[in-house]
Amino acid sequence: MTVLSTTPDTADLTLVVVADLAATPERAWSLWAEPRTLERWWGPPTWPATFDEHDLRPGGGAKYHMTGPDGTAAHGWWSFLAVDEPTRIELEDGFADEHGVPAAGMPTTRMVVELEPGGTGTIMTITSHFASQEALEQVLAMGMAEGMREAVGQIDAILAAG
Amino acid sequence: MGRCVTYNHVVVDQRTDEDRAADRLFRALADTTRRDILRRVLVEPASVSGLAARYEMSFAAVQKHVTVLADAHLVVKERRGREQMVRGDVGTVRQAAALLEQLEELWRARVDRMSAVLADLDPGPRPDPGRP
Repeated sequence: MTVLSTTPDTADLTLVVVADLAATPERAWSLWAEPRTLERWWGPPTWPATFDEHDLRPGGGAKYHMTGPDGTAAHGWWSFLAVDEPTRIELEDGFADEHGVPAAGMPTTRMVVELEPGGTGTIMTITSHFASQEALEQVLAMGMAEGMREAVGQIDAILAAG
Repeated sequence: MGRCVTYNHVVVDQRTDEDRAADRLFRALADTTRRDILRRVLVEPASVSGLAARYEMSFAAVQKHVTVLADAHLVVKERRGREQMVRGDVGTVRQAAALLEQLEELWRARVDRMSAVLADLDPGPRPDPGRP
């Protein structure tokens, strides 16, 4: 099992994913630092990502697009806020138009990636902050993740009983 | 969810109408009374007046909450005689939960791919197959 936990935090409005990677932090760093490596995991097999630009340094950024099964391209951008090899990257991820220009009024996500020795090699903690994503923010703030699971559990029980 | 779906680029092709619906959905759910009403009517349909009797607020206020829930397709209003009955829409509730889980699933899948990439990248202490 590589994912140790996924935790929506209702106080901080974050989703924290903790994973155990069987590699040194230096090697795990390349998952984020090497665009050709990044392309192998950022998008799902059905929507592979292509990083058209990737400049990993504070103040630098990346432009990428993901190509769907019908050829549709979805464009995105990253802005690197902090880069501390090989332990920490802070970036903002957002939607872009077909020229890679950040789309106005679209939600952005701030992500903090932390790598530290541990587990089978590296413990990677990815914290996604949804401050500008009103809907998800509300959901997390209200503890709906748990509430909805509870509700669905109730429904399943009711349906099974019916 | 704006999804959620908005939230990740995987589903970017589904934005638009679905996103707006998701926004309505989560706004509807962002209120304690509405969540409470929803839990009740998922278990058992109730009349608006029956619901109003359970809360310290006016009939009109409860009716308004029900309307917000109905606009988000979380509940269905049906007239039965003189009574306005409210029942939960199981399909929408399931969808909301699925959207939330999708975000976690997105990262689980990414971590799986990362592990595969690392395993592939790392030559490790494998014996030399002896090929040129």
